[in-house]
Amino acid sequence: MVDLFVTIGGVHMANPIMPASGSIAEGMADLVDLGKLGAIVLKTITPDIRQGVKPPRVVEYTDATLFSIGIPSKGPDYLLNHTVPFFARFGPPVIASISADTAEDFGTLAGYITDPRIAAIEANISCPNLRAHGRAFGMDPVAAAEVIRAMKANTDLPIWAKLTPNVGDIAEIARAVEDAGADAVVTANAILGMGINAETMTPRLGNVVGGLTGPAVKPVILRMVNQCAEAVKIPVIGCGGIATGEDVVEYMLAGASAVQIGTMNFVHTAAMEQSIAWVTDYCTRKNIARVAELTGALKLPVDQNSEQRGAVAL
Amino acid sequence: MTMTAMAKPEAPSGCFPRAENRCHVVSNAPMNSEYRLLVVDAPETGLSAYAGQFFHLLCPATATEQPFLRRPMSIYRIDRENGQLGFLYKVTGKGTRALASLAPGDELNATGPLGVGFSLPEGTKHVAMVARGVGLATLAPLARMARAQGAMVTAILSARAPEFLMSRDELEAAGARVIEVNDVAGNSAPQEVINRLRDIHAETPIDFMATCGSNRLLGLTRDLCSEWRIPGQVAVEAFMGCGLGMCFACVVPVRDAQGHEEMKRVCYDGPVFGVEEVTAW
Repeated sequence: MVDLFVTIGGVHMANPIMPASGSIAEGMADLVDLGKLGAIVLKTITPDIRQGVKPPRVVEYTDATLFSIGIPSKGPDYLLNHTVPFFARFGPPVIASISADTAEDFGTLAGYITDPRIAAIEANISCPNLRAHGRAFGMDPVAAAEVIRAMKANTDLPIWAKLTPNVGDIAEIARAVEDAGADAVVTANAILGMGINAETMTPRLGNVVGGLTGPAVKPVILRMVNQCAEAVKIPVIGCGGIATGEDVVEYMLAGASAVQIGTMNFVHTAAMEQSIAWVTDYCTRKNIARVAELTGALKLPVDQNSEQRGAVAL
Repeated sequence: MTMTAMAKPEAPSGCFPRAENRCHVVSNAPMNSEYRLLVVDAPETGLSAYAGQFFHLLCPATATEQPFLRRPMSIYRIDRENGQLGFLYKVTGKGTRALASLAPGDELNATGPLGVGFSLPEGTKHVAMVARGVGLATLAPLARMARAQGAMVTAILSARAPEFLMSRDELEAAGARVIEVNDVAGNSAPQEVINRLRDIHAETPIDFMATCGSNRLLGLTRDLCSEWRIPGQVAVEAFMGCGLGMCFACVVPVRDAQGHEEMKRVCYDGPVFGVEEVTAW
């Protein structure tokens, strides 16, 4: 009997697998037993009501998608009156996700949605589609820390900082949010990209740029999870191209304490459940009593220190 | 053991209204130079589909292509008696090329049934359907639905040329009166279609209209529905991400009665909308 239980930044979870923000909605409950998940992470909301960006909003690549949605949001009252009650009945802890135009607005919104039915709040400081300042909070350690401090000042709920991968040194951002009081980091959001249609000579996305997600990005984010895990003491939640239980194990070996599955939910609705089953079998086969033992259990070459993983000579 | 008995839903099964249905291909034959008909044995959840709904199909990997996302496909035939679903499709891109490679006996993973389909008001007496191109496939099950509710059905089918016209047999088998128009004969222009519909309406009043496959047909359907003060619905198509209302990729602007526009999901809020709600099919 494998113990799948994990505690992530103040949240107790029956297993380390949850959906990434924006990758499930009410429709998922028509196919999947959401009660089996480690946690239920909700789609990001903003303080205001937003329609999102102009379509087309998705481009398909080999093992990847380029999405630019623009955070359509029905605002905090809809979240508290409809979304949270809908998902709270399944049992697993419900994690809200928020975004805003300023650090103060992040703080106000965190305070506004503080509710016993919400177990933690994920700070989406990394969405590559935000146009407010032309640059995401998560690209700047000072701005990222300001957001976390503003949220911590307004709520007692645990705060998870969802980092952007679109930075030179993600460990620096992870340290900045840890110092500001974040209870966990989620590594990471989508990689900024662009798609062009050669025939029409136009961008493939209405918003021109979008975020690359899906199995193709796994090696990039796996490296970042490893860097974050070595830089901070708070738990790291791995999120990037996870499709199978084997991917989950790889992320945990790299240093993740839990994981989020995103784009794959769009293709295989059973991906999360099947991953939980695969990880259980893996631990049984490897004689691992507690899944938490996998975190950081990667066997690295003894002669390579972590600084050497910040760059590579090709 | 029959193929139907082998077809089973992907876990979880039981109380879930939608599923990743693991279907088995019965046939996948070309119908003309452009369209193919894919018939599969489907499990019970899949067979609960109704007119206007769709399935999100996992396209098989071929030697040269591996479509990553599923492809939405409206239902052409719901044959509960034989436990089969039919999809009529035109090979246009990576996904449909992969679908064309399916052979009898192959598995087709079809998530569904998905979306909100047609809803025919109780007591409807005469349904007029106008469709063009691939839109013909989407409306075929509506003819059966309408006949089952006791309504008469008149279908105007439009195509570029007579040889591209699909669904006549399917619609006639469903009990619809079928009128064909095409660009070569020169009788498919909107004004011609409007005149036809006015004549039909004068004969037997139309009290519900449905359309799919052409913005011009949507426009004339909207105008006639407004003039005759009858409800009309359109099945909208879109490239989708998830098919389940989760990713918000397939949105279209939808207008309410006050003229206020909101971006709605084709996959979850649709694909069938009121003709007065949307500007494009």
